Amino acid sequence: MSPSLAGPPGSPAAAAPGEPVVRVSDVRLHYGKTEALRGITLDIPTGLMIGLIGPDGVGKSSLLSLVSGARAVQEGEVRVLGGDMRDRKHRLAVCPRIAYMPQGLGKNLYPTLSVEENLQFFGRLFGHDTAERRRRIDELTRATGLDPFLARPAGKLSGGMKQKLGLCCALIHDPDLLILDEPTTGVDPLARAQFWDLIADIRKTQGQMSVIVATAYMDEAQRFDWLVAMDDGNVLDTGTPQEIFQRTGTASLEEAFIALLPEEKKRGHEPVVIPPLEADEDDVAIEAQGLTMRFGDFTAVDHVSFRIRRGEIFGFLGSNGCGKSTTMKMLTGLLAATEGEAWLFGNKVDSSDITTRRRVGYMSQAFSLYGELTVRQNLELHARLFHVPREEIPARVTEMVERFDLAHEIDELPDSLPLGMRQRLSLAVAMVHRPDLLILDEPTSGVDPVARDSFWRLLVALSRRDKVTIFISTHFMNEAMRCDRMSMMHAGKVLDSDTPARLIEKRGAKDLEEAFIGYLVEAGGDTRPADGTGPALSAPPPDEHPDVGGSFSLQRCLTYAWRETLELQRDPVRATLALAGSLILMLVIGFGMTTDINELSYAVLDRDGTTLSQNYALDISGSDYFKEHAPIRDYDDLDRRLQTGELALAIEIPPGFARDVGAGRPVSIGAWFDGANPQRAETVQGYIQGLHQHWLTEQARQRLGSTSGIFSIENRFRYNPDVQSLPAMVPIVIPLLLLMLPAMLTALAVVREKEIGSIINLYVTPVTRSEFMLGKQAPYVALALINFLLMVLMAIFIFDVPVKGSFLTLLLAATIYCISATGMGLLASALTRSQIAAMFLAMIGTMIPATTFGGMTDPVSSLEGGARFMGEIYPASHMFTISRGVFSKALGFSDLMGAFLPLAISAPVIVGVAILLLKKQET
Amino acid sequence: MSASSFGRVFAKISNIYRLGVKELWSLWRDPIMLVLIVFTFTVSVYTSANSTPETLHNAAIAIVDEDDTPLSQRIISAFYPPQFVVPRMITPDQVDPGMDAGDFTFVLHIPHGFQRDVLAGRGSNEGGAEIQLLTDATRMSQAFTGTGHIQQIVSGEVTEFVNRYRANAAPQVDLAIRARFNPTLNRTWFGALAQIINQIAMLSIILTGAALIREREHGTIEHLLVMPVTPFEIMMSKVWSMALVVLLASALSVNLVVRALMQVPIAGSLPLFFAGAGLVLFSTTSMGIFLATIARNMPQFGMLMILVLLPLQMLSGGSTPRESMPELVQNVMLLAPTTHFVELGQAILFRGAGFDVVWPQFAATIGIGAAFFAIALARFRSTISAMA
Repeated sequence: MSPSLAGPPGSPAAAAPGEPVVRVSDVRLHYGKTEALRGITLDIPTGLMIGLIGPDGVGKSSLLSLVSGARAVQEGEVRVLGGDMRDRKHRLAVCPRIAYMPQGLGKNLYPTLSVEENLQFFGRLFGHDTAERRRRIDELTRATGLDPFLARPAGKLSGGMKQKLGLCCALIHDPDLLILDEPTTGVDPLARAQFWDLIADIRKTQGQMSVIVATAYMDEAQRFDWLVAMDDGNVLDTGTPQEIFQRTGTASLEEAFIALLPEEKKRGHEPVVIPPLEADEDDVAIEAQGLTMRFGDFTAVDHVSFRIRRGEIFGFLGSNGCGKSTTMKMLTGLLAATEGEAWLFGNKVDSSDITTRRRVGYMSQAFSLYGELTVRQNLELHARLFHVPREEIPARVTEMVERFDLAHEIDELPDSLPLGMRQRLSLAVAMVHRPDLLILDEPTSGVDPVARDSFWRLLVALSRRDKVTIFISTHFMNEAMRCDRMSMMHAGKVLDSDTPARLIEKRGAKDLEEAFIGYLVEAGGDTRPADGTGPALSAPPPDEHPDVGGSFSLQRCLTYAWRETLELQRDPVRATLALAGSLILMLVIGFGMTTDINELSYAVLDRDGTTLSQNYALDISGSDYFKEHAPIRDYDDLDRRLQTGELALAIEIPPGFARDVGAGRPVSIGAWFDGANPQRAETVQGYIQGLHQHWLTEQARQRLGSTSGIFSIENRFRYNPDVQSLPAMVPIVIPLLLLMLPAMLTALAVVREKEIGSIINLYVTPVTRSEFMLGKQAPYVALALINFLLMVLMAIFIFDVPVKGSFLTLLLAATIYCISATGMGLLASALTRSQIAAMFLAMIGTMIPATTFGGMTDPVSSLEGGARFMGEIYPASHMFTISRGVFSKALGFSDLMGAFLPLAISAPVIVGVAILLLKKQET
Repeated sequence: MSASSFGRVFAKISNIYRLGVKELWSLWRDPIMLVLIVFTFTVSVYTSANSTPETLHNAAIAIVDEDDTPLSQRIISAFYPPQFVVPRMITPDQVDPGMDAGDFTFVLHIPHGFQRDVLAGRGSNEGGAEIQLLTDATRMSQAFTGTGHIQQIVSGEVTEFVNRYRANAAPQVDLAIRARFNPTLNRTWFGALAQIINQIAMLSIILTGAALIREREHGTIEHLLVMPVTPFEIMMSKVWSMALVVLLASALSVNLVVRALMQVPIAGSLPLFFAGAGLVLFSTTSMGIFLATIARNMPQFGMLMILVLLPLQMLSGGSTPRESMPELVQNVMLLAPTTHFVELGQAILFRGAGFDVVWPQFAATIGIGAAFFAIALARFRSTISAMA
């Protein structure tokens, strides 16, 4: 059989009316060395429901991200809605007409925001006014059955609901092209059916909308208008499902798909055959009795009991959020059951029982392997942690790699792999130590049919040959059918447990899906409105796309500011830490660092032992600066005590001191001091010289009564006459803290979106980089200003340090300065990809320059070279000047112009650079 | 030791080793982080240490000379670079604006008739010889040290001037001042040490704490919890691997930047110093873990970290001498490992102290490290299951 490939560029695609909505010519894409798309040429007809099918990792997601504009085109041409996606202007113009829902449950949603707020966010981004947003949100949520949950945070929704919300968010601006990347992966059958009904309804009202869906569910794809089959970065075939069946001579898409695959991929593919189970009724691997889990008022699992025999394949089928995962977590010991008990191999589940853990392989629903380790490293690490004998490890890894077909990806990082591949890796990892019991939470969601079958053959072999017990949850009916026994679960309760065939029989259904839905409906699990279709959506108004254009939109900017504020509100600890933290630090540093150095330890080596030498020593001990320690015995003692750091200063009075002084002969007193810490040493030096001078003058006065040469220096400390340390410290502590905390918070705010994935909204919505950055920055500037006011109040009322000059001047400077400080945070996060790196960069970008170059203790004018330059341009140094000027010197705006100017320049420069460094597309 | 308990210990060590290697790989795969680590331990140490000027370096001084006599000229000429900038000669009405703008830190006002009064022996109480020194107190250490120096210089000049006219009045007692361990009081030495100590504390807290938060945010902690590894092993693995990274980075920094590039002479034993650093790292990495168990997400961790790091940096004795802190703060800071590290570092590197001298600091560091580790481990054990 030779599959007909996609036509040459420009050739009319089958059944395509009018101009294609997407036209891709000779597109190539590579990530590092890996080639994801190998010269794809494809026309996608307008107004249809298009399915993109193919095994994991063949480039489906890559193609979709190019079409949506989320990823930058590397080679070839991508034309969407009549324009070139390489053209920035075109992208900006069409992005309000495209909606993109990336792979992964709720990837582009904000988990701490409620359903309503997520929808409001997208509505605002696309420029709808309040009334219009209300209308659309109500309509969409009613149609999807989300309306009762408007106030629930998106992160607390079940998988199916998350996907529905994602769809609502995508549909809120009436797109002409809807791109869905595996939208129903990990979604239960009921919710999946509702999801497709919804799309069908929408298409009824908006006939011209094109929908492109990548999916691993062949039964879904079978219902689409037109299909694109992909493999290994190439298009295998295109056409309607009927055309494809005809060409391949098959009856179902699943078979057709396998038939389309090249020979080497098909090899070894055969139907899954399950030999009968020969299990001993009394040989129980897992037993649960009345397992219950409550989170607050919410009962996630309600008195669940079951027995699983050794070697049995036991399935859990249920809607999202019904308690399947929670039950599994209780069995692994990850969660301690609120009530009830469970036994694994006759041992009670105990989270500290290391021996039992070794016998269990667990695969969680969310990918939880190390993204920083390669496929091979992940496998090896887990083999080693499970203490697989060293000599067996290479063979074991090879075996897993072969079984799960990971050979090509062996040295790749999991983060760069498609969902299906990552699932396979997770499975391989769970099995690498040959456990006696496998607990698998939706192991095959997102995995392609061929890989799924080979995985099941493996499970069957493990179960039947090696007597491995397998406890699995799934959404695929054909997989559930393969289980020896299964439980239907809903809302924390097991509805029924039996063999699949008996369950179908009990309900008198034609297949398991019908039986399952029957059970659910009986238990009240159908969230669809009674008429089964939901209210019809109204047709969009003719003027559907507000003009977005490329210019700066205040509304979009404010939308991001609003969203960021909400997130800050939802995590009050963060803001509290920032505010309370600054006050605590101000207290600590304000009181902790004083400028006078007292009680320096010293001792005397008096080798004279006369009244005069004692008089000299007495003069020192009389001062507050020094504290006398036991006299020094000899030079060794002197050396040793200086070395241990016990003494800061050692005085040696030579023998014959009094005699020589009396005779007017020159004598020399020795003063050794510890120079290891030069700052302290200089102080010691200054003090001792002063004391010496004082002693000399006193001697002269006493002995000669002479006053000649006597003069005084009247020393006046301006701005802080009593030389108190608080008035000196407060004006610098405020700018210091006002720099570090806001910079850190802002740095994490942006890079978090990168790490968690919601940055995609920047890529595919009309929001521009400056709107995004400034919007995110605004709440942190506001928070920093509150911080500033609190610190000033603390200075005035707790430290008793008044603002002598113009407060308005200080406030203005603080505002500009906060923009600079948060700008540095933005800069740190534009440069980095991980939160750790952003945090580190923010830390070294603020703390070090401010404390060393900023003129905190040493004036900038005393610095030289690069340090001087840093000091001159760094905003903190100017803020120090202004803060000192206003706090201590009673100055106003006009006096401080010299510092204002560079400060005012720095803010837009820093923010501007940060914006330029941010990318609007993934590269 | 029986064979099976030996096996258990071996398994434990093997797990700790494996998990630690995994941490090292994670770090290796974050190139920006690596660049930043290298940056902090090289460029940042170098520039910061070199930027710390002598207290009196380029001190801005202005002089109002209303006397204009040989004596006042003599005083003026005593101020010269590098300690001072060449004095600006100003008029009395330029004093206030100049000081307000921060153009000069010191203003020396020599009144009319100063030389005459000095020679006549009329002291200030007789309405005679008095010089006014105005100091900008907001200039912190420069102001305070500078004032002493200026007084010194002025009285030296005056005394010498008077001595030429009169018989020597004062006793000829000279004060021979010698700074031990750093004869020229070169600030880069101590500056470099203080920087390295700061970076060690900062990096070790960030690396361990953030690594734990990341495991939590990415859900990998859940994976660890179902494997046959204990919280002790998980924590130990992070402690050793990150401590190793920091120790290596600081060793390179001390050898390549501080010794080779900046030519700072090291008086004592480097292995002893790094042994001390290793002990300190034990405490700081434990602190990182502890903070990560308190914070629920990375931003919270960031805030907590600043809350801990800033006092550590400011109050350990690295940026201002401990003697300048109130006694309460001094005593509280004895609980911080970095305080002992600063002392230990100074003693070993500059004073050439051996273990016989610094053992009390070692003992303190071990004690603090053990306590911090125990507290962090207890907290980690009790919270780890809630992290998944």
